[in-house]
Amino acid sequence: MSLLSNTATLLGKELRTEFRSRELLTTTVVFILVVLILFSFAISPTTEESREFGPGLLWLAILFAASLMLQPCFLREQSNDTLSSLRLAVDDPFAIFLAKLIANTLFLLLTEVLMLPLFAVFYNIAILPKLHYLLLVLFLGSFGISVAGTALSAISAQARMRELLLPLLLLPLLTPILVVSATVSVSLLDREPIVQWQGIAFLAIFDLVFLTALWLFGEYLLEE
Amino acid sequence: MTKRIIFAAVSILLVIAGAYAAFFIAPNERSMGVVQRIFYFHVGSAWAGMDAFLLCFIANLLYVWKRQQKYDSIGVASAEVGLVLTTVVLITGPIWAKPAWGIYWTWDARLTSTFVLWLLYISYLLLRSLIEEPERRALLSSLFGIFAFIDVPLVFFSIRWWRTQHPSPVIMGGPGSGLDPTMNKVFFFNVLVMHVFALFLIVERYILEKTKNEVDILQREAEAQ
Repeated sequence: MSLLSNTATLLGKELRTEFRSRELLTTTVVFILVVLILFSFAISPTTEESREFGPGLLWLAILFAASLMLQPCFLREQSNDTLSSLRLAVDDPFAIFLAKLIANTLFLLLTEVLMLPLFAVFYNIAILPKLHYLLLVLFLGSFGISVAGTALSAISAQARMRELLLPLLLLPLLTPILVVSATVSVSLLDREPIVQWQGIAFLAIFDLVFLTALWLFGEYLLEE
Repeated sequence: MTKRIIFAAVSILLVIAGAYAAFFIAPNERSMGVVQRIFYFHVGSAWAGMDAFLLCFIANLLYVWKRQQKYDSIGVASAEVGLVLTTVVLITGPIWAKPAWGIYWTWDARLTSTFVLWLLYISYLLLRSLIEEPERRALLSSLFGIFAFIDVPLVFFSIRWWRTQHPSPVIMGGPGSGLDPTMNKVFFFNVLVMHVFALFLIVERYILEKTKNEVDILQREAEAQ
């Protein structure tokens, strides 16, 4: 059970680091807000159109925000070379990834929950009727983004031009999340809401596939 | 050296023979007419491109496992050739689609996943160009290659949620599918030709990459002295 206890300790460390400064959360919230407002300016949708396109735009904003938010995840360990100490401290390097990806999922979810009411108001969409399903989709989507994103930010942190590289590596890889989450969200926010269980199952499969890949190959990502 | 020249000559002759068969031997298609002939190059490149990416994925796995330089060289060689073939697919597809469907592009499952695949392997090559140290470059790009390849079926099935406009499989599809016998022969001949040609390019690119690595090592040794 050392994996779980290590993960819990590391997760505590990730959360403490973030909540001391709240840098990531504040910037991400503002970023999503700006993008959503700019989208609305760019297409000035009617109520019907925002029902149709709003959820897709929301997910696009989340994806962009995540590709920025996941940057510092491993970079922050580089300035004092804390990553080597972390690797020495845990038996299984997967604990480092697990802690980071849980922390990233929590940060993403928190920003999304803060954004949802504003999204509902700006795009004139009633989110309350199927809120619990919407939260489930947001959770599965954000978890998938965090799993793939944490893995890729470990890669991009070791390259040049890393700020530009991470979105380029990550966004095409997240196409399935964007496609399915947007479709499921559209049908949840429709006038006659439908829960697309197939889509929700698909998101869970995506999460599992990438979690397994990270579990298998994660240790190589941290090699010196 | 002679082996390479023979392989080059054979694959180029095969490409010419494949083109000849596609233009002059295969019968005209009933409803689409002459435009349909692009299909021999289109599907041939698509299958060869997919197989090049499959080879890249296997080389990536082997590199992570065995850590031998040659697997990294195979990876980059097959990724580049796969990318070129996929580019051919993405160009010949719209040329055929315009007369057949009336539009150049539609966001259907196969088109879109091919396009995403193309983007992913561009990212793979981009990543390689942004890491200096050879071993780190080989390891990290192999890992990205593995993640990218795993993603491909997910991309494909996710886009199937949308309506799809690509013609349903004609080759090895269900009952009612299938080709005229001559077309069939020309078709599989062209698939073979594209595979041989792809293999030829991969081998040449592999030799180039190997030579480049040797030069790098010699240069570092010279600098150290």
